[in-house]
Amino acid sequence: MSCALLLLLMSLALAMGTGAAVEIQRPRGVPLSSEQFYEENKPFTCLDGSSTIPFDRINDDYCDCRDGSDEPGTAACPNGSFHCTNAGFRPAFIPSSRINDGICDCCDTTDEYNSGATCQNTCREMGRKERESLQIMAEITKEGFMLKQQLIHEAKRGQEDKQGKLTELQGSKKGLEEKVEALRTVKETAEDPEKEAKERHLKSWEEQKELIRMEKDKTRMAEAFLELDDDADGYVSVAELQSHLELDPDSDGSLTETETQVRCLSSSSTLFLPLKSREEFLSHYQSLICDPEFIWICRNLEKEIGFDFGPSAEFAYLYSQCYELSTSEYIYRLCPFNRVSQKPKFGGSETNLGLWGQWAGPEDSLYSVMKYDHGQGCWQGPNRSTTVKLTCGKETVVTSTSEPSRCEYLMEFTTPAVCQEPASLDEVLQGHTEL
Amino acid sequence: MFIRVCVCALRRQRALKPGQSLYRALLETLELTNTKLTLQLINDNNKVRLLLELYRLQGNMTRVKINELKPLKPRFEVPDVLINDPPTELMAWLSGSGDENGVVLSLGADSQRLIVSAKPFRLDIMEGREVLLSLNSRGLLTAKEDGMWEETFKSHTDNKPNGPSSISLDFSLPGVEHVYGIPEHADSLKLKTTDGGDPYRLFNLDVFQYELFNPMALYGAIPVMLSHSAQRTMGIFWLNAAETWVDISSNTAGKTVLGQMLDYVQGSSETPQTDVRWISESGIIDVFIMLGPTPTDVFSQYASLTGTQAFPPLSALAYHQCRWNYNDQEDVAAVDQGFDEHDIPYDFIWLDIEHTDGKRYFTWDPHKFPQPKDMLQGLIDKRRKMVAIVDPHIKVDSSYKIHNEIRSKGFYVKNKDGGDYEGWCWPGNSGYPDFTNPEMRAWWASMFAYDQYEGSMENMYTWNDMNEPSVFNGPEVTMHKDALHGTWENRDLHNLYGLYVQMATAEGLIERSGGVERPFVLTRAFFAGSQRYGAVWTGDNTADWDHLKISIPMCLSLGLVGVSFCGADVGGFFKSPSTELLVRWYQTGAYQPFFRAHAHLDTPRREPWLFGPENTALIREAVRQRYALLPYWYQLFYHAHHSGQPVMRPLWVEYTQDTATFSVDDQFLLGEDLLVHPVTEEGAKGVTAYLPGKGEVWFDVHTFQKHNGAQNLYIPVTISSIPVFQRGGSIIPRKARVRRSSSCMEHDPYTLFVALSPKRFAQGELYIDDGHTFNFDKQKQFIHRRLSFANNALSSRNLAPGSQFITPSWIEKIVILGASKPSKATLKTPGEFFPESLLEFEFDASMSVLTLRKPGVNAGVDWTVVLQ
Repeated sequence: MSCALLLLLMSLALAMGTGAAVEIQRPRGVPLSSEQFYEENKPFTCLDGSSTIPFDRINDDYCDCRDGSDEPGTAACPNGSFHCTNAGFRPAFIPSSRINDGICDCCDTTDEYNSGATCQNTCREMGRKERESLQIMAEITKEGFMLKQQLIHEAKRGQEDKQGKLTELQGSKKGLEEKVEALRTVKETAEDPEKEAKERHLKSWEEQKELIRMEKDKTRMAEAFLELDDDADGYVSVAELQSHLELDPDSDGSLTETETQVRCLSSSSTLFLPLKSREEFLSHYQSLICDPEFIWICRNLEKEIGFDFGPSAEFAYLYSQCYELSTSEYIYRLCPFNRVSQKPKFGGSETNLGLWGQWAGPEDSLYSVMKYDHGQGCWQGPNRSTTVKLTCGKETVVTSTSEPSRCEYLMEFTTPAVCQEPASLDEVLQGHTEL
Repeated sequence: MFIRVCVCALRRQRALKPGQSLYRALLETLELTNTKLTLQLINDNNKVRLLLELYRLQGNMTRVKINELKPLKPRFEVPDVLINDPPTELMAWLSGSGDENGVVLSLGADSQRLIVSAKPFRLDIMEGREVLLSLNSRGLLTAKEDGMWEETFKSHTDNKPNGPSSISLDFSLPGVEHVYGIPEHADSLKLKTTDGGDPYRLFNLDVFQYELFNPMALYGAIPVMLSHSAQRTMGIFWLNAAETWVDISSNTAGKTVLGQMLDYVQGSSETPQTDVRWISESGIIDVFIMLGPTPTDVFSQYASLTGTQAFPPLSALAYHQCRWNYNDQEDVAAVDQGFDEHDIPYDFIWLDIEHTDGKRYFTWDPHKFPQPKDMLQGLIDKRRKMVAIVDPHIKVDSSYKIHNEIRSKGFYVKNKDGGDYEGWCWPGNSGYPDFTNPEMRAWWASMFAYDQYEGSMENMYTWNDMNEPSVFNGPEVTMHKDALHGTWENRDLHNLYGLYVQMATAEGLIERSGGVERPFVLTRAFFAGSQRYGAVWTGDNTADWDHLKISIPMCLSLGLVGVSFCGADVGGFFKSPSTELLVRWYQTGAYQPFFRAHAHLDTPRREPWLFGPENTALIREAVRQRYALLPYWYQLFYHAHHSGQPVMRPLWVEYTQDTATFSVDDQFLLGEDLLVHPVTEEGAKGVTAYLPGKGEVWFDVHTFQKHNGAQNLYIPVTISSIPVFQRGGSIIPRKARVRRSSSCMEHDPYTLFVALSPKRFAQGELYIDDGHTFNFDKQKQFIHRRLSFANNALSSRNLAPGSQFITPSWIEKIVILGASKPSKATLKTPGEFFPESLLEFEFDASMSVLTLRKPGVNAGVDWTVVLQ
């Protein structure tokens, strides 16, 4: 009977805190933490409780437990798992189908005890390499994290600068508004002949706004309203004005309907001014709301302030920067929060590989992946898109690009901004070794 | 996109309506030697004379050859398809029969007669008082008729230097309402009548996004048709490699079931009859009539002519992961790793055309695959394998060694003016090696030697695509018909090209191992005989439900005509499948012979783990079912190789009398013991399967529930699996320890599933060899056991006393379905140290399942388990 694998016990010397070597025995493939369930020469109850079997049926190369717990050291159970201690490296569980399959899976070679495969114990070597690379990573993380603090600090200052600038701009706007108020006074005294009509209009505007909307043909209103607004679409302009935050007088971030009405009224009222006063008023008014540069600066500042640059704005420094990677055929260009593109090295036009979409990392690390989409369309395919994977590094650099699927690009990008606060090196190493 | 048949020969031929034959037999010219009859035929209109040769072949076959008596130029006779000169049998005059208009001959021993009628000329083959089949009964025999000497397809002009040369012959099949075969078409298993439509066309073409339920030509052509009725199964093998069309008509096809019943009740019906007409553009008439009478007999008869399925390496029956393209070595390593991370087995990873240096086959892209041997070694370390593509179009490039050698040796196909024929394909301007030339094939084979094919290793195998051949700028995307292969035009042998490509490649893989290792070569184009060289897939299908559905009749049709190793791209090549479709396709593909996922370059990635953990688990389970069943698959392929029996079978092949099975093509049998009904409807909540066999029972392999045969059974389904049943009366070996590749499972123990018939009987087999060499054949190194359950005892006996092989595998478990509870179970192993031992067992009374624990006996020895 070729299957007669009797209970195999493993012996190992366990270095205890005292330094004394104690020999413990447990069935093959059982982790130390489960050793208590495998009591020698006592009936064994499957870990799921499904049945109880004699102790000599543990690791006898026949699956008796539905959960596979009776065969931790053989490949008999389809759902079993085998524990390798891997002294010098990291312990691991492997599916029991990998026991004696001729392939070395555990660095301590314990998974191939009967397959004829010649495995070398590589745990010490792997442990050393891992410690080395962890050490390097830890150093990078440490430096990167320091850089990140700087970035956060700079971002905070930059944010304050920008907010200050915005406030300043909004302040000057306020000054202009005061001037408007003054002009309104000028205007009001200058328009005595039409005062009656205007007051009638004012009153109606406030009291019967809804009526105007619903019943535009009310004659008393129509006379004044038509004077003000030929096509009777003053309400559309209310909506339009509300969308323009730069007209927000109290800088609370929104325009109330009352505020809007004042503006509409102000602008409408200019119609009643004597020609000279009206032009003067308009010119100031225009400078307040219609100066394109003013609007542009305000909008950009608001846009930038509104971007999600990470929990502490640590990614803000990437804004309006571009990073390139040159491959044998192409130059790839990543402009964070803007776009990704690809340009052939030897002539040919640039291809848009995607526009900034959103942060797209998994729930626990949202800021580890950027997604750029709606790039140039592919023939018979989707629009190009790029996923940018961010890893911790001292430098900000694109390290690789690939196209795993047609028109779906993958870019690797290092930046200090994703560096996490380093655990102490000792802790890191501790976590990766047992025994 | 169906390119309409625009060949005048066809139009002209079809314009000829059934009626009196143009030909008359000149009985005075009739000569009969022991094994051969010759007879001249004359067309009284143009005085053209034909020579008919007729042979009675061993194994109940008749061969009829008709050629011009005195051709101006010899006509092409297909070489290299028949495995030998078919052995003949004696024929004799039947004394006392015949008259001035005909003679009667005896055929073989089965009281068969051949009646030769002179005017009009026809042949009838009779058995007893029944006509089995008639030739030229509708007078459609033609050869050497008048016609056009030049025709134009789109912008391509075909000069036809030899003039019109088409041939045609009709066959009548009395009593037949069901005909099958003549792949490759994306159509139902039962062939349709072609009255009022296009004929089934056989012309190997690279078709872009083929249409379903359409007689249009596809990538391969096997001119073999099977007929079946409850009384008899027969076959017609039309050995001609030129463009061929098949017209089918039936006198019952138009009738309603009620009409047929009325006919029957009133006794007024004419006998059902199917008439078939074959037309080929050139060559001779060379037809083999395989007279059955059973499906098994027809399969053996056809195998005796063209050979059997190549016995693949066991790993080739496992799961294949392909995509156009795995981009580089890192990509290959990552996909390989992905399978391990998600604990999904696979055996082969495939590289499509992008792996080469500029589509120069036998080379590697130096940036993407700089160290192919490292990559292959990485796969060897995981006991896995690779397939790399080698297409037959060769880049015309003076710095490319392969091109230079072919050119300097004069091995390229020539154009009609004698220069090298060139056309566009993947590499741009390309030449096409003349694979019909045996010297060319020998040279090609030598290119697979490890020292020639740089970067190749013993775990790398080959895929021949585009071998119709595909010529992007040729007529109908293929080679010009007037291109020259030596002295023959492509017109004469077009459908053979793909077969030769695979033949030469398979030979190369055998040679590189010194004749030790079995090759594995996948081909897209094929012809009769291609089964000898490897596997076939159904080409560039599409990711939709109907394409999943059509994969069943497409592979069934191929299986009927010798090609058992068939599969469709899992998931669909063009477009992107929904997750549900992908899962259903894996579940179906796991039960079809060639199991490979493949995807177009423009589709998003679809490795099994990219659709969330639940779908990963579903796909894993489907693939694991395949791996567990590999011992049975391997045994079926051994039989396909040994005796030509198809692996994947239509129900009617096993239930020949049950007319309810004759048109079934949404389910199939694997061997005779497993019945599979794939789920091919989106959102299906259940399927209706037909369980055949009056008095038989079937066991659901997932639940062990028993169902009676000869019924339509509604089976509720979930997304977790498709219905599969094991026939009561069978024993199926499985390996329950599914590992990361089939090689890893080589020495694992077996679990035997014994499904008892109502008479408490069961029988099965177990076949074991090394899984990859020819030693099973050359040195009889294999184990072949007969497993049988009778009289409450299960035993294993040697089926091949002359063979020997040692396996470490043992019998792990025996599961008996439909059992009753024994009081004890005794294992008897005569000659062993402990000749008798008691086995523990469990009995599940609710499902009547008896599980015998750990017999532990070696799989290669005699043993018996007695239940008391």
